[in-house]
Amino acid sequence: MSELNDLYQEVILDHNKNPRNFRKIENANRKADGNNPLCGDELKVFLELEDERVQDVSFVGSGCAISKASASMMTQMVKGKTLTEAETLFDEFHRMVLGEMDEEAEENHLGKLKIFAGVREFPARVKCASLSWHTMHAALHGEAEISTE
Amino acid sequence: MNAAKLEKMSNWNVEKIRADFPVLSQTVNGNPLVYLDNAASSQVPNIVIKRGSIYLQEEHSNIHRGVHYLSQKATSAYEGAREKVKRFINAGDVKECIFVRGATEGINLVVNGYGRKFINEGDEVIISAMEHHANIVPWQMLCEEKGAVLKVIPMNERGELIIDEYEAMLSERTKFVSVVHISNALGTTNPVKQMIESAHKFGVPVLIDAAQSVPHSIIDVQDLDCDFLAFSGHKMFAPTGSGVLYGKKEILETMNPFMGGGDMIRTVTFEKTTYAGLPNKFEAGTPAIASNIGLGAAIDYLGSIDREAAIRYEHELLEYATEKLSAIEGVKLIGTAQEKASVVSFTIENVHPHDIGTILDQSGIAIRAGHHCAQPVMQFFQIPATARASFAFYNTREEVDVLANSIQKVIDVFA
Repeated sequence: MSELNDLYQEVILDHNKNPRNFRKIENANRKADGNNPLCGDELKVFLELEDERVQDVSFVGSGCAISKASASMMTQMVKGKTLTEAETLFDEFHRMVLGEMDEEAEENHLGKLKIFAGVREFPARVKCASLSWHTMHAALHGEAEISTE
Repeated sequence: MNAAKLEKMSNWNVEKIRADFPVLSQTVNGNPLVYLDNAASSQVPNIVIKRGSIYLQEEHSNIHRGVHYLSQKATSAYEGAREKVKRFINAGDVKECIFVRGATEGINLVVNGYGRKFINEGDEVIISAMEHHANIVPWQMLCEEKGAVLKVIPMNERGELIIDEYEAMLSERTKFVSVVHISNALGTTNPVKQMIESAHKFGVPVLIDAAQSVPHSIIDVQDLDCDFLAFSGHKMFAPTGSGVLYGKKEILETMNPFMGGGDMIRTVTFEKTTYAGLPNKFEAGTPAIASNIGLGAAIDYLGSIDREAAIRYEHELLEYATEKLSAIEGVKLIGTAQEKASVVSFTIENVHPHDIGTILDQSGIAIRAGHHCAQPVMQFFQIPATARASFAFYNTREEVDVLANSIQKVIDVFA
């Protein structure tokens, strides 16, 4: 059960129960829908961009504990970042959950997001963890919809 | 459980049956495999594995086109499997049994071969609220193309079709009825014989999606009087890529071919092609020869066990699982029809089915988590997904206990 404990850590369970920034942004200037048709996860990410910086970010939707906690922590991490910083985080998170990066050895900005490193032991769940990141990324680039299959 | 029931269950020698399925003896994540995903795909007995292996080692060749020894061996094994299918579902004629890749292809064959020829603007096609996407999307595509109307038989909160509404839906405009026998998402067994009879009063042909019912009930197409019946081999202990569409000869003969190609023709010139007779008209290209020979072997296997006892046993497992799971606080069963096959769909309060699936997998338990290719069913119950345990005659009461204990663990993790 040790891998399981890695996956369902307290922090993840807490973000699942009490997701942060779980709301709509009425005057968002970017938003995107994320879907995982395989499992039916659906979420919307809202961004308020100003001067190349993420002033506010939020999400709504339904999904499993991993996808909800990941979305919740994504909003916390991305808020206040410049576009370039958000891009870097997206790239680092993506490589970490795919197992393409050793987050302990390589320099990175992941901080508390490292808690999702355990997901790579569960290939079927990688998409759950990355859905909100892909959706945020699509919104940053002005795309309206993203689907992870 | 009372003593009488226990005694009945002991009549089924499940350990002897399990020994026929080599996959079941492995461990997963350090625990004995508990395979409860039979509605998605069932496991394969030794006799099927051996038959496939003999074909590949000694008989492999293309069928219907060689005069040489191996081609004749392969053809006779393939056609022998078709004979077995005929007897298995009690078809009137072996030509009525068309090999397809699975139920999905069978339904698409009917939609394209029958629907596109005979269904026109304003006509109505009836399906039900508990169909698998395989029995929704092809009809939707047809209706869109033709300007026909898709009508949906509603269901009640227990997940039973409202038959009165179905009867009221049938009219002169109805041109086809296509319904599922046993729901993969809910386990509901529909009264298809009665539904076929009602449709026939209006002269309307009926297709039965029997993907879940062929492995878990005894099918007699002549008794049902269905016009078409589609099923997949891999849900009835045969390899993937095997499957059957049964159709009444007189209807199949009026239909257009589904796919064009080799083996489905009589003569070809650049001006015109004439088609082969049944069943070849519907079997273009080289089929899944090994898989369909395997399907024949799976039918032999089912013939070698007491099927009525197997079905009774599965039903007892269903009752036991229903009892155990409903006793767990926070677990809700989805699909509580009176007539039900061995499928238990459930949700756990505040826990997404995918998290249930991952945690159970750590205990070696294979279940399905998701919408089961039946999104409208999920929409009806206003849930994104369910977890689903589905049983076969090789599952045990002890496995149900392991499932129930592990569900309690899931609840504890999320408490």
